[in-house]
Amino acid sequence: MADILVHVDHADGDVRKPTLELLTLARRLGDPVAVHLGPGAEAAAPVLAEHGAVRILAADAPEFTDYLVAPKVDALASAVDAVSPAAVLLASSAEAKEIAARLAVRLGSGLITDAVDLTQGDEGPLAVQSVFAAEFTTVSRVTRGIPVITVKPNSAAPEAAPAAGALEELAVSFGPLATGTRVVSREPRQSTGRPELTEAAIVVSGGRGVNGAENFALIEALADSLGAAVGASRAAVDAGWYPHSSQVGQTGKTVSPQLYIATGISGAIQHRAGMQTSKTIVAINKDSEAPIFELADYGVVGDLFTVVPALTDEITSRTS
Amino acid sequence: MSLKIVVCVKYVPDAAGDRGFAEDLTTDREAADGLLSELDEYAVEQALRIAAEADDTQVTVVTVGPDDATDALRKALSMGADKAVHVNDDDLHGTDVMGTSLVLAKAVEHIGYDLVLCGMASTDGAMGVLPALLAERLAVPQVTLLSEVLVADGKVAGRRDGDAATERLEAALPAVVSVTDQSGEARYPSFKGIMAAKKKPVETLDLEDLDIEAEQVGLAGAWTAVDSATERPARSAGQVVTDEGDGAKQLAAFLAERKFI
Ligand SMILES: Cc1cc2nc3c(=O)[nH]c(=O)nc-3n(C[C@H](O)[C@H](O)[C@H](O)COP(=O)(O)OP(=O)(O)OC[C@H]3O[C@@H](n4cnc5c(N)ncnc54)[C@H](O)[C@@H]3O)c2cc1C
Ligand SMILES: Nc1ncnc2c1ncn2[C@@H]1O[C@H](COP(=O)(O)O)[C@@H](O)[C@H]1O
Repeated sequence: MADILVHVDHADGDVRKPTLELLTLARRLGDPVAVHLGPGAEAAAPVLAEHGAVRILAADAPEFTDYLVAPKVDALASAVDAVSPAAVLLASSAEAKEIAARLAVRLGSGLITDAVDLTQGDEGPLAVQSVFAAEFTTVSRVTRGIPVITVKPNSAAPEAAPAAGALEELAVSFGPLATGTRVVSREPRQSTGRPELTEAAIVVSGGRGVNGAENFALIEALADSLGAAVGASRAAVDAGWYPHSSQVGQTGKTVSPQLYIATGISGAIQHRAGMQTSKTIVAINKDSEAPIFELADYGVVGDLFTVVPALTDEITSRTS
Repeated sequence: MSLKIVVCVKYVPDAAGDRGFAEDLTTDREAADGLLSELDEYAVEQALRIAAEADDTQVTVVTVGPDDATDALRKALSMGADKAVHVNDDDLHGTDVMGTSLVLAKAVEHIGYDLVLCGMASTDGAMGVLPALLAERLAVPQVTLLSEVLVADGKVAGRRDGDAATERLEAALPAVVSVTDQSGEARYPSFKGIMAAKKKPVETLDLEDLDIEAEQVGLAGAWTAVDSATERPARSAGQVVTDEGDGAKQLAAFLAERKFI
């Protein structure tokens, strides 16, 4: 079977969930070969093997952390040389999309970003994408070179499929562009203790209707009762009530959870672009005309300041 | 020291209008009115702010797009850019991001640059990869997705709020930079600006001017193909209840029925 290169997204060897989803999708196309760049390959290897990696190519060098994007492009290009894969898969993070783009130029390959599903077609992978604020679904394929495809989080459920997963050293020689953009400092995001927004099974979001940073405590309490991540509309972020890293929508994160609860959010097209593919959508809004109700599977017309705390209590009493 | 800034701006269908696909599965550019991508206004804004801090600067806006794309250029000129370049050629119809990056790279080289500024993503395609592609093709550093930009002493520095961390970045010019919608509100064109824009030069280039063969671009030259595009079935509007004291209870029952609690 053909080899499929899978770029591993990790924090010091702690493999992020989207990579496990990629391995699962890669198995539909061939044998997954994981590429682990930076520190922590030893820690990552068992997890990658458990999810189907037949080989793990690892390289560690200061360039991967001290410079932006380009060193990883050099490394993936080396991995492509070493393996001659049938496709290269990456998660759709901001960084990995940029890596994918530059790799595609180097390989003379077509690029597909933000796939939500992958299947094997007659002439290689077929990628399903969701476009125009998720109003259309397209099926595309790469017609030239080795397909380079990035896949959105939550596009597949990670499945265990134990494979050999032998750890091998990947030799990388850095080109002149590798050290072009220096990372002068890096401040990791403080963990909120809640699930990652893009990976969460449930997301509870607050918008302008939440009316103040302090009131987000209500949204957080509801989220915690469900084990959910907290999101926000741009209006809430622009007002300074919640951090930009939690913004859902066109210029924030795209989420595709099992359940999305929008509270005090009108449902503008740019917000919908980031949540419309959620499996179940619930809206709480005091305006019965709010467009968010058009996509909600269940809507409550009411004041979030009464409905949200009451719902939190209801859930807590049902689950305890 | 002089500073030549080139800003890449895209003409996109209005997100509020009806967007869709033409028969050849390219973006239907007739169905909806177009405009300068709102996210590229942030790039124009930063270019103008950087230019205001330096001597002897020139801000050129460039677009690859159909006839109507001049609207996007005029808007950028009325905000304060000095001149515009429009790459327009019938053979460009259906060009994918790889082709667009090739054309923009050639155009930017043709114009001459110390700094290329882009938006974070186009509001239609929204791939957000063009700046990285440009950097690769031009063989210069990429300093992308900045929420804060500073240009001084032949260097560009900035802040990138990434998924996992906030990074401070630095690179020597020439470089390709992209800015996010957190980088600072874009100015509105003034009446004076709109009048002045009418007299500013707009240079039109075709593929031949840029030494690009028709086969390298367009639908036929694309390295990807769209096999099908289907409209997502409208989400059937679900149940809506009005809270009369037991809204939360009813919602909890729905969540329980769907096994979320
Ligand atoms: C280029 C561009 C990119 C953008 N990107 C994004 C993006 O990524 N994400 C995003 O969210 N937006 C984005 N926007 C902005 C978007 O257009 C909307 O302005 C924004 O989503 C509105 O946020 P909102 O729904 O919270 O506020 P509003 O539209 O003001 O809606 C607030 C809602 O709260 C309800 N409400 C008020 N009080 C209560 C109460 N007590 N109880 C219950 N309900 C109440 C109101 O009825 C109303 O429906 C973008 C815009 C542009 C131009
Ligand atoms: N056709 C185009 N003409 C000029 N600039 C473009 C074009 N397409 C994309 N860009 C620039 O590249 C950025 C990212 O675009 P994209 O990768 O398409 O999301 C945009 O914000 C623009 O600055």
